[in-house]
Amino acid sequence: MIHDCINGANGDMAVLETRGLKKHFGRIRAVDGIDLTSTDGELLAILGPSGSGKSTLMRMVAGLEEPSAGDILVDGRSIVGIPPKRRNVAMVFQSFALYPHMSVLENIRFPLVARRVPAAEQREKIDWVTGILDIGDLLERRPTRLSGGQMQRVALARALVRDPELFVFDEPLSSLDAQIRSQARGELRELHDRTQITTLYVTHDQLEALGLADRVAVVHNGCIQQLGTPRTLYEDPGNLFVAGFIGDPPMNRLDLGDNVILGVRPEHLLLEHGEEDPGEVALRLEVELEHLEFLGAEWLIYAAVCAGVPETGRRRPRVIARLRQAEPPSMETGQRRTLVVRRANARYFDAESGERRSAPSGVAA
Amino acid sequence: MSAAAQGGWFARAGDALERPRVLGTVMLAPAVLYIVAFVAVPFCIAIALSFSDATVGDPTISSFVGLENFRAVMQQEAFMSALRNSIIVTVATVVGIVVLATIAVEILAREFPGRRLVQVLFMLPWAMPVALAAITWLWLLDSQFSPIDWLLVQLGLLGPGTPLGPAKHLYYLGREWLGLGSVVFVDIWRTLPLATIIVLAGRLSIPRERLEQAQIDGAGFFRVLLRIIIPALAPVLIVAILFTALLVIGEMSTVALLTRGGPGHSGQILPYWAYLKGIESGDLAQGAAVSLFLFPVLAAAAIVALRFAARLHRD
Repeated sequence: MIHDCINGANGDMAVLETRGLKKHFGRIRAVDGIDLTSTDGELLAILGPSGSGKSTLMRMVAGLEEPSAGDILVDGRSIVGIPPKRRNVAMVFQSFALYPHMSVLENIRFPLVARRVPAAEQREKIDWVTGILDIGDLLERRPTRLSGGQMQRVALARALVRDPELFVFDEPLSSLDAQIRSQARGELRELHDRTQITTLYVTHDQLEALGLADRVAVVHNGCIQQLGTPRTLYEDPGNLFVAGFIGDPPMNRLDLGDNVILGVRPEHLLLEHGEEDPGEVALRLEVELEHLEFLGAEWLIYAAVCAGVPETGRRRPRVIARLRQAEPPSMETGQRRTLVVRRANARYFDAESGERRSAPSGVAA
Repeated sequence: MSAAAQGGWFARAGDALERPRVLGTVMLAPAVLYIVAFVAVPFCIAIALSFSDATVGDPTISSFVGLENFRAVMQQEAFMSALRNSIIVTVATVVGIVVLATIAVEILAREFPGRRLVQVLFMLPWAMPVALAAITWLWLLDSQFSPIDWLLVQLGLLGPGTPLGPAKHLYYLGREWLGLGSVVFVDIWRTLPLATIIVLAGRLSIPRERLEQAQIDGAGFFRVLLRIIIPALAPVLIVAILFTALLVIGEMSTVALLTRGGPGHSGQILPYWAYLKGIESGDLAQGAAVSLFLFPVLAAAAIVALRFAARLHRD
């Protein structure tokens, strides 16, 4: 594969691999056996709720924590036991961790000085990163005088300037204002496309992970729940955790009895219009509308299921449907409607293990 | 009836205290009174004394003699010796404190088993009464029974035919430079806990991510210490230097207990000389002049240091 290598980028991409990686803090199993292999130059997101072990995973890759067991390899060579300063892994912290007593220029130069890069080469590399990140006019400033977006660019420049084999990002967008976050997301992706450096991107924000990454590893309880492209995670969640974690609002879960749970995305709960092919329909639900939410481009319909699934508890199951239309739907709170789930959109899970399973026989007969 | 009146009075007082101006005045008053009574008044009296010819026999501040007292004390050999030694002891203590506090803080800021115990042991000199500490130090530095001498003899460093000379004792408190060295050593021992607490607070306020970032950026222990930690500690180091310097330069108990300014006046320091002059010999005016001698310099140094620290902190 041939890349247009920009001046300064080394172009050697790296494959990151973890094998049976574990980190236990006393009795807490922060990371409990992670096997993960990136591809060359991939932007791989690690997505999980707080406490899922994603930060510990990232800190082990950067060398800030020693694994309790397992191995971390870059291009097939183990990097476990190598101190962070000798790893060629660059990291951008959530807080950006700029050195407050140094100017922007000194911040960016710091990794080069620490690695004893000759002065002429330093100048060249600094020119290159300041050009890429468009921070040439900030070089004399102190970090305290920068905006959040500018701080992020400086932190990226400092990470990029030393030609790392691997980038590790720790929630790099979460300390930015909401207005500039989507712009910063686009810039990050553009930067990655230009440099092609294998990147581990840790976040709890599914919008960032799905919108930015080539592949996403969903982490929970120290284990990878599912690894796949954003589309796969959304369309084919491997288990109930992923189904409930990805998507906003998340997948509706309907208990069909016999240890079977049906999952369906809100946009796949359709109003019945009477012309459906019965063979296509996996489930029909009688629902009572509880309230409607207008979200601009779409409506969210909150409803209670009256009939269609077996009675399980005292409380009627709730579903959320998403209607994509600008006009208000011709319905009101308290009305009863019929929603249908097409076979193609129904996902089945084992209620006990939470894993995906095939469609039970007899459904929608 | 009276209960209602009392309630009314309390309520009115409570209302008054809710106003920031009133509350502020009430809260500040004790501190202001204390400073005026125990700092400002004695200080002004000392200034007045230093320009008068008051003695213990005639303590009235009646006649103004100008700078005569200052001229008189500068003629005395003991004073010049005390001035030199005060500066040497203070500078040496401050240098020692800065180095040792920085090292101590690096140790105390790390996680290791028994860290709490080490912290407590470290702070112990600060809690120990001066007189008790002095007994220990007098014994450790004794001319005949010093365990340090004994250890040096056992190590083959002291005694006939060794690098430190033929005698079996160093007579720490009986020689000019060893005496001053001992004073510096004990002063460091006494003030290190305070300086360490000040610097530790600054060290713990450095975000861990900044130090980790430096490691990831390729910096080793010394580069992290010199380029990341010490610049971040600069404001607190200045405060620690200031506190230590003011504490040591105005402190006479170490010298009073160890060397009494000896041998002769070769180990004399300003506050002890001021005490000997003003109280023991009864010349209040000259005693005041001695103790005020360095005041303008110290005040200027303190102001400059604090402004510098504030500027560093803003950055």
